[in-house]
Amino acid sequence: MSLIRMSSPHVYKANSTANVMRLVMLAMLPGILAMTLFFGWGTLIQIAWAALLALGFEAAMLKLRKRPLGFYLGDYSAIVTAMLIAVALPPLAPWWLTGVGVFVAIVIAKHLYGGLGQNPFNPAMVAYALLLISFPVEMTRWNLPFVLTGEGWSIAPFFDTLGVIFGGAEPVFFDQFTGATPLDEIRHRGGLTTEEAWRQSEVLAQGIGAWHAVSAAWLMGGIFLLYRKVITWHAPVAMLVTLGLISSMFFGFDPDNYADPLFHLTTGATMLAAFFIITDPVSSATSNRGRLVFGACIGLLVFIIRTWGNYPDGFAFAVLLMNLAAPFIDLYTQPRSYGHSRANKGRGGNS
Amino acid sequence: MGKVFAFHGGIHPPENKKQSTRQPIGRVPLPRMLYVPLQQHIGMAASPLVEVGEKVLKGQLIAEPVGRISAALHAPTSGTIRSIGPHPVPHASGLDSDCICIETDGEERWAEHQGLGDYTQLERSQVIEHIRQCGIAGMGGAGFPTDVKLHLGDDHIVNTLIINAAECEPYITADDMLMRERAEEILGGIRVLNYLLKPSHIMIGIEDNKAHAIHTLEKVLKGCELNLDIRVVPTKYPSGGERQLIKLLTDIEVPSGKIPADIGIVCQNVGTMSAVYRAVHKGEPLISRVVTVTGDAVAQPQNFDTLIGTPFADLLDAAHVYENKLYRLVMGGPMMGVTVEHDQIPVIKTTNCIIAASQDEMPPAQQEQPCIRCGMCEQVCPAELLPQQLYWFAKGKEFDKAKHHNLFDCIECGACAYVCPSSIPLVQYYRFAKSEIRTEEAEQRKADHARQRFEARQARLEREKEEKEARRKARAEEAAKAQKARKTPEAEATAQAPDLASLKTAAAVARTKLKKAQKALDAARESGEGDISELEAAVATAQANADKAQQALEQADTAAAKPAAAEVDTKQLKTAAAVARTKLKKAQKALDAARESGEVDLATLEADVNTAQAAADKAQQALEQAQAGAAPAGDADVKQLKTAAAVARTKLKKARDALKNAESKGLDGLDKLRATVEALETKADAADKAYQNAEKAAGGSAPGEPKAAPVDMKALKQQVSIMRTKLKKAEAALEGLEGEERTQAEQALQELRQRHEEADKAFKAAEQAQIDAAAAKGVDLKQLKIDAAMARAAVTKLERSLSKTEEADARASLESELVAAKRKADALNETLKQHEPA
Repeated sequence: MSLIRMSSPHVYKANSTANVMRLVMLAMLPGILAMTLFFGWGTLIQIAWAALLALGFEAAMLKLRKRPLGFYLGDYSAIVTAMLIAVALPPLAPWWLTGVGVFVAIVIAKHLYGGLGQNPFNPAMVAYALLLISFPVEMTRWNLPFVLTGEGWSIAPFFDTLGVIFGGAEPVFFDQFTGATPLDEIRHRGGLTTEEAWRQSEVLAQGIGAWHAVSAAWLMGGIFLLYRKVITWHAPVAMLVTLGLISSMFFGFDPDNYADPLFHLTTGATMLAAFFIITDPVSSATSNRGRLVFGACIGLLVFIIRTWGNYPDGFAFAVLLMNLAAPFIDLYTQPRSYGHSRANKGRGGNS
Repeated sequence: MGKVFAFHGGIHPPENKKQSTRQPIGRVPLPRMLYVPLQQHIGMAASPLVEVGEKVLKGQLIAEPVGRISAALHAPTSGTIRSIGPHPVPHASGLDSDCICIETDGEERWAEHQGLGDYTQLERSQVIEHIRQCGIAGMGGAGFPTDVKLHLGDDHIVNTLIINAAECEPYITADDMLMRERAEEILGGIRVLNYLLKPSHIMIGIEDNKAHAIHTLEKVLKGCELNLDIRVVPTKYPSGGERQLIKLLTDIEVPSGKIPADIGIVCQNVGTMSAVYRAVHKGEPLISRVVTVTGDAVAQPQNFDTLIGTPFADLLDAAHVYENKLYRLVMGGPMMGVTVEHDQIPVIKTTNCIIAASQDEMPPAQQEQPCIRCGMCEQVCPAELLPQQLYWFAKGKEFDKAKHHNLFDCIECGACAYVCPSSIPLVQYYRFAKSEIRTEEAEQRKADHARQRFEARQARLEREKEEKEARRKARAEEAAKAQKARKTPEAEATAQAPDLASLKTAAAVARTKLKKAQKALDAARESGEGDISELEAAVATAQANADKAQQALEQADTAAAKPAAAEVDTKQLKTAAAVARTKLKKAQKALDAARESGEVDLATLEADVNTAQAAADKAQQALEQAQAGAAPAGDADVKQLKTAAAVARTKLKKARDALKNAESKGLDGLDKLRATVEALETKADAADKAYQNAEKAAGGSAPGEPKAAPVDMKALKQQVSIMRTKLKKAEAALEGLEGEERTQAEQALQELRQRHEEADKAFKAAEQAQIDAAAAKGVDLKQLKIDAAMARAAVTKLERSLSKTEEADARASLESELVAAKRKADALNETLKQHEPA
């Protein structure tokens, strides 16, 4: 009788990295749909293009690193990264911008550090930060929501968008379909109070609903991930609560100079980051307590960068900074194990 | 029903318990062979009490516990011991272990056994000993001998007894079925434990998926006098883990590295309660247990009351196994059970379940993917560890960090591996890290021990060295003191001894002074100035001084020279003799050459030769005299004399040969040659005599010394034999001679004979002295015997040669020797006889 010899446990939950990634992609669908609805076809085109590039770069790197292609391509991690880059970029970003972003994320931020599970920085955020610093014009040319571009649901036609992304476009096109984001308006409002800025800006006055809707869509996806236990609540909640509390505090003291908490929570990348970026397990803190600290610090940094920094939104920088701090956070946020009166702290050991 | 708390983590794997609870507990047909492993738990293996071929009865003790943590073994049924030796056992290592193999006889004849009756009338220790003798061991997990846990009441205050009925592992329903069917027994066991441990509170922890069992228990417990609660806990793996159940029921955590008894809690499994009941009330040892046989590869999953030692194959047959579907055979649950490789492995006291799984049911593990730190493992870890961190540390062999992250609090429940989306066999990583750390620590301990021993040894050696050094110093000091004490008179002695060098210097100084004084006097006389008389007096004094010094020097000189003089003399004389001989040789050669050529003045040459001869003789004589004088000094001289004698003899021989040659050839100058021969003969005699004298002196100088005697004897013997040879030769030579020569030769022969006799006499005398000495001392019977035998042999030898010899002279000498030999032999025999009786 030849029976196999295995170590316990003998049963496993039907789970896999690919499954986790599929759930993340599924959870992104509402946000993607909302973006497409309010900002046009660009988002879908960017996603398709970025995913294609990501698979190509991933395959090339796996080949170079002599890893089994099918095994690693099947985990969908590259596609998730590509999707995150695609939804973070302006929907009308030129093809090469996306290409550079995906290249930086997959080749440099991921594979040069050892591939899946080894990257200290969130690949999508590395790409985003690099593009933001290198190509500020292209990166800040965000689409106007459809309510501002004409009557009814008037978004740029699909083939026009395709042409703009892959061929270039007349400035007229950009004039019609792009403009400042709400965060830009608030950041660069000059000497105006927030209320004055709010009244004067079209985007703020009429278009803000688009951002609210998109944020709500991301939140929906996030709740789905929480429900499916793909992510834990610690980092998102800590981040959102911190950002909300700090902005409330400043808004409460000085509403003329500071934006209200709802604005902070619903514009820019807040909701996307909360559930899809800072929850990236590889580059974030490990323990639940660690994630609380990690999320809270990101919320704090984002508020600082948005309020006093040079960039209208600071998620990429905040996340990268906290990625740097994650191993350190891990050292001091070990859980208290069963049977121990207090948690261990610090390095432990000599190595 | 009391409050139930929660523990961190946990998982909800598919339960798969329904399949095996449809049928009541069944029975397995009696197996033909039973294999009872001697060791079924940690601690010591039991020691067998039976021998191969012995008949045993059901319940008979077949192996007794060794040490505290050890359990007794009993024959599960009646039969014959077939072997005691290695057999595959259910253990994660897959290694064989010693088992007692019993061939069953089907009679199921019980050994005599009876319960304790009213155990409350007995001492607690007596009841516990009875439980120990019945081989009761924990039937839930590790098979820890129950009596050890029952003794916990001795040194711990046990206020809570927890009966573990959680049975949290999927598939297993053995405890569930036991509670459904034998709740009374379980309660009986709990009562025994209540008596032994006297807890203030008893709780039965049971998962809410066992409604039937809960209902039965509640029925049985109705009106129970014990302070006993049934606590239903939510179904969540691993709520049946001892520490997790304690947390669930009491909200207390067992401190890391401690046992529940340290916080006043004792846990027992329901199966064990039933076994305790049977042991105490019926006297039945633990020889059977309920085993769940389930899995997709059996047609009728069911629980069986199974004899310990039953091979899995019999159980699988009873449940109608599909051989072709069977892919993995697990003993225990799917989360912590171990796979077994073949079905002859026996059921042991802890075998609660056998899962015959098909490949679909328990497929081989997926290929390991990279860890993405998703943290799902952390969410389910019941020990609240960071499994993914431990994984990274184990993988990177950063064991210090792993320890710091409480690796050793891991209970290896497998929850982390169960949820891991990357299919990482996390538990194996932890097992690896744990064993590596244990090995490392063991080695560290060993190294520490070795280092301590080494240091102790170094210290000891150092101490010994120091002690030695101290002793040496003390000795040296003592020696120095003694030396000092001795040195003082010695130094005085040396100081008193005449110092030749200083005397010489003194004499020289005195002479120089005298010369100066003389010079001064002469100068004064010449110039006519100064006080001449005074100077004259000074010269006289100087003269006297110089004379005195000279005298002293001469005296000292002669005193010093005296011992050396003799040696120096002999040497000088020797050289002189050698020179004289060389001269003589040269002269003789010249003479011979002259004779051959017939030229030159023969007469002058002969005169030269004669002169040389005379000089050589003189030198030789002087040498001999000197040597004779020095002879008593020692052996060296005797040796020299011997050599001289031998040289003389050789010369004599040569001369004789030359003489013979000359005679046969009829050459002239025969006279001279003869004269030479004679002269040489005299010389040889003289040398011999000198040698003998010396030898005698040497022999006489140490008459009592045993060493000297044998040397003497040997030399004497040699002497005698040499004499004999010479005598014979001379006699032979005599035959060829005529007239005057003959008479001369005869004379020489006579002399030789005389000398021979003398030598012989000396030899015999020495021999006699030796024998007497031996007799006087009464030594060495052996030596005496040998000597006697030798003497007898010599006698026979002599007699034989006498019978062969016809010549009168030879006969005469032989006869005389024979007589001497006989005398000696007789003497030896007599001494021997004198000593032998003693």
